[in-house]
Amino acid sequence: MVAMSEKTTTDQLFELLSSVTDPEIPVLTLQDLGVLRDISIDDGVINVTITPTYAGCPAMQTMRVDIEKALLKAGHQQFNVKESLSPAWSTDWMTPNGREKLRAYGIAPPLKSSCDQSSGGIECPQCNSSEVKRISEFGSTACKALYQCQRCLEPFDYFKCI
Amino acid sequence: MDSQKKALLNYCIALGDDSLTLGHRLSEWCRNGPFLEEDLALTNVSLDFIGRARMLYSYAAEVEDQGRGEDDIAYLRDCREYRNFLINELPNGDFAFTMARQLMIDAFDVGFYKGLTQSADEMLAAIAAKAIKESRYHLRRSEDWIKRLGDGTDESHERTQKAFDQLWGYAAEMFEMASDEQQLVDAGIAVDRSALKAEWSSTMHSVLKEATLDIPAQDWAIGGGREGIHTEHLGYLLAELQYLQRTYPGQQW
Repeated sequence: MVAMSEKTTTDQLFELLSSVTDPEIPVLTLQDLGVLRDISIDDGVINVTITPTYAGCPAMQTMRVDIEKALLKAGHQQFNVKESLSPAWSTDWMTPNGREKLRAYGIAPPLKSSCDQSSGGIECPQCNSSEVKRISEFGSTACKALYQCQRCLEPFDYFKCI
Repeated sequence: MDSQKKALLNYCIALGDDSLTLGHRLSEWCRNGPFLEEDLALTNVSLDFIGRARMLYSYAAEVEDQGRGEDDIAYLRDCREYRNFLINELPNGDFAFTMARQLMIDAFDVGFYKGLTQSADEMLAAIAAKAIKESRYHLRRSEDWIKRLGDGTDESHERTQKAFDQLWGYAAEMFEMASDEQQLVDAGIAVDRSALKAEWSSTMHSVLKEATLDIPAQDWAIGGGREGIHTEHLGYLLAELQYLQRTYPGQQW
C-alpha cells in the first residue's frame, strides 16, 4: 500500500474511478452514467458521492463495492462512499461520450429532457431508422424499455429517459 | 421522542409499508406473467417499490435513532404494526385485477409524491423526487393496459370491470388522514391526502371512460390499514416475506 501523498488530487481520483463501470452495461463508466457525483478529500479521507439511478436498482450495491475495490487496489485505505438522493438522478446527466458508447453497444441512448414523448426521436441503434415500435415499457432492467426497428426488424433496448 | 418526531417516524413507516406490500405482491408475478415482456415489466415495477420502501425505512430508522435498521422494520414487525393501505396487500387475482389495482395506486402516487417533493423535510422531498419520476412512468403503463383490457375482448372487458367493482371501496382510505398525520401537514412535512381525491377521481374517470368501463358505484368503503387493522391476507404475505429472518434471526445477505 502507498500512503496517500500530498499530491493525490481529486482529478487523479476521478481518473482512477473512471475505470469503474456499470455491472449491467459494462461499456458505461459510472462517470458516463452520471452516477459519480463528487469526490473530495478531507484530512486525508476520500469522500466519494454517488447517486442511485432507480430506487430499487440492484446494481447500486455492486457499483459501491467496485468503487471501494478500485480505491483499495490503488492503495487508498481511508474513504467513504456515500449515497446522495438529491438532486434526483436524471438521464440528462449521461455524457455525450456515454450516449455514443451506448449506441455502439446496441442500446438506443435516452432522449434529452423529453420523457413524455412516447417514441418520437428514438432511433434504431443498428440502422439509425426512426421507424421504431415500442414492444414493452420495460426491458431487461428497470432503466430500459424494449423496442423493435420497423426497417431492419431488429429488437433493441432503449435506455429510458427519466 | 417528541410528538412530531414520533408522527414523522410513523409516517415514514406507513409509506414504506405501502411500498413494501405492493412491491412484494408484484414480485409474486415473477415467472407467472402472461408473457415474458410483461413478466419483466411487473418485476421491474416491483423493484421500484421495494427500493422506495428501503429508502423510507432507512430514513425511519435514522429518525428513530434506537439502533433499528431497515431490515428490522421490514422483517420484525407483525400484522398489527403494519400501516399500509389494505388495497396494497390484497392477493394479485388475475392480470386484470393486478392492473386495475395498479392504476388506482399509480394515479394516487403521482398526486401524492408530487406533493411530497415540496415537503419541508429535505429527506422526504428527496425520496419523493425519485419516486415521482418512477410513478409517472408506472401510471403511463397501467393506463395503457387498462385501456387495452377494457376496450379489448368481451372477456378482458368483463374481467377488468369486475376487478374495479371489487376494488373500488378500497380507494376511500387513501384519502383519509391518519390520527397523527395532520400535525405533519401543519408543519409543511406531509401531504394533505384528503385534498388529492378530486384529481385522482378525474384521472380514473377519464381512463375508465376511454377504456369503455363503468365507474363503480361509490356505495361501500373499507379502511383501517393506517391503524394496523388488516385483511386476513397480510398475515400470509408477511409469513412468506419474513420467513427467513424469523427462522434464522439476524441472518445477513
